[in-house]
Amino acid sequence: MEVLNEFLKTRGIYTLVMILFFLGVFGMVLSKNYMKKLMAMNVMQVAVIFFYLCFAQKDGAMIPIQNGVTTNPDMYINPLPHGLMLTAIVVSLGTTGVALALLMRIKEIYGSVEETEVLRRASK
Amino acid sequence: MSIFAHHAPVFIVLLPMTASLLCMLFSRMSRNLGCYIVMASIVGAFASAVSVLQQVVAQGGKAIHYYMGGWQPPIGIEFVLDPLNSCLAVLVTFLSMVISLYARPFVKDEDWLHVGGYYTLFGLLTVGLCGMIITGDVFNLYVYLEIMSLSGYGLIALGGRKSMLAAFRYLLMGTIGASLYLLGVGYMYAITGTLNMADMAQRVAPFMNSPLVAMAIACFIIGFGIKMALFPLHGWQPDAYTFSHPAAAPFIAGLMSKAPAYALIRFMYYIFKVDNPVVHSALNVIGILGIAGMLIGSFMALAQYDLRRMLAYSSVAQIGYIAIGIAMGNVYGFIGAVLHIINHAFMKSALFLVTGGICYRFGEVNIYRLGGLNRKMMFSSVTITLASLSMIGLPPTAGFFSKWYLMLGSYTAHEYIYIPVLVISSLLNAIYFFRIIEQMFVQREASLTEVKPPTTFLGLPWEMVVPIACVGIGVLVLGFCSADIVVNILKLGLPEVFVK
Repeated sequence: MEVLNEFLKTRGIYTLVMILFFLGVFGMVLSKNYMKKLMAMNVMQVAVIFFYLCFAQKDGAMIPIQNGVTTNPDMYINPLPHGLMLTAIVVSLGTTGVALALLMRIKEIYGSVEETEVLRRASK
Repeated sequence: MSIFAHHAPVFIVLLPMTASLLCMLFSRMSRNLGCYIVMASIVGAFASAVSVLQQVVAQGGKAIHYYMGGWQPPIGIEFVLDPLNSCLAVLVTFLSMVISLYARPFVKDEDWLHVGGYYTLFGLLTVGLCGMIITGDVFNLYVYLEIMSLSGYGLIALGGRKSMLAAFRYLLMGTIGASLYLLGVGYMYAITGTLNMADMAQRVAPFMNSPLVAMAIACFIIGFGIKMALFPLHGWQPDAYTFSHPAAAPFIAGLMSKAPAYALIRFMYYIFKVDNPVVHSALNVIGILGIAGMLIGSFMALAQYDLRRMLAYSSVAQIGYIAIGIAMGNVYGFIGAVLHIINHAFMKSALFLVTGGICYRFGEVNIYRLGGLNRKMMFSSVTITLASLSMIGLPPTAGFFSKWYLMLGSYTAHEYIYIPVLVISSLLNAIYFFRIIEQMFVQREASLTEVKPPTTFLGLPWEMVVPIACVGIGVLVLGFCSADIVVNILKLGLPEVFVK
């Protein structure tokens, strides 16, 4: 029990994030519908964002604003990973946009977004 | 120092980025205005890159640091230009310049939306490649990687009906690659607390035995492996190269897989340092994948009859050459890999430029229907022969010298397995390239329908002839000057590991 508690306390959240990441990859590989693949891709991207937010977390620290009480950097949460993730969110928005545009064209051309159907019509 | 020379590093990225973002607006006003602006901006970027390379060489190889907005690293973002990446920046901007000219006949008859859209994406692809190459910040590299990939997906999707599927599948795989890279950056940031490459290289040194670093290295190898189409991760690549916009194919095939390869070199040799056991075993993995890619890529290329698809599989093999160069972990392997990045960019661009030309004039890409092409397109046939000989590695063309350095590297590293593989792969190259040469020069003339009848005596519009000539001559020039490039440029910027 001790070991489990210790594990959950130190690594539990990272394990969950990794499971989420590989669930995304799993979904992209195995689902037969392109829209579902796209959604699995978003799950994977969100897992990376969670990963950054988790390691930026610090117990008992506060948001990085000057409050007149302390200037000790240990008392503040590192804002940089959050800043980076804003960029990553924008990038994932862009990727999703391009993917949806392509998916609409695929639907127009092949009349379907099911992988087997599209591949059958594409090979004709 | 003049103001231009001082700010030259940032102009490499800034000029094409500004121009391509304004391109649609100007195209709306006048159909060709946006296109000319992007072309002019790429010429400007080329001039900046040459000026930077000149400065770096004049300083004896000392890197130029450009601080964004004057913020000092490790807090601010910096561009670092050492001999290695300023040389590659010249390569990217030069090829971008000639290929932007080459695209003119393809988009001539389209409306403003297509012309503007094509050149916007093309400019942004140039921005992404240049940015990836010259940046000194790992997160900045991620942003440029995504700019490159997204514009690349767009250019691939412009190729017609079949290209949508290729682009979508590339998008899915490419996003896995980019996410893994981002995960790796997360690990590195958690270990070192910095995003600046030079700073990271110093701070990661005491932690090299931690499992986190091994995890980060694995993430980088898979992430960049997907982006550079390293052997088992190359699934997206043949379709993407085959169906991409014919005018963009030379650029995509020549350079889009090279920038991630360069980034892998940057990480392995400059940040993690190759003298470490963890990195050494990682390099062995890259080497094994490289060997498999060289053999299987060549065999697959033999089986193709679509010229573009054959060249795409040949790219898988050539990326294998770069991978084994990286994997050797000594100075010759390093030079061989970098030289092969440069040479292969020229050779593959030349081959795809000619393929695009054939496609433009005859609408035909089947190798076995191109009999006797030299009587119709003498000039293009000569260029394709030159580039093929270079791919096979016959001296004095460029391909010979990078293979020579790779062989020297494997001899020095006492990893003799690479030598027979290099020879076998070269022989396979010879088989599938002589097949094209035989069709073009020996077989009797096939009847081809002229989709676009020739306007000049060379068989193609001058906008296409000039790039083919530039790149074709470039293959020879790179061959004759390879000693100068190695001694005067690359040897000035060797990683620290080799210098001490």
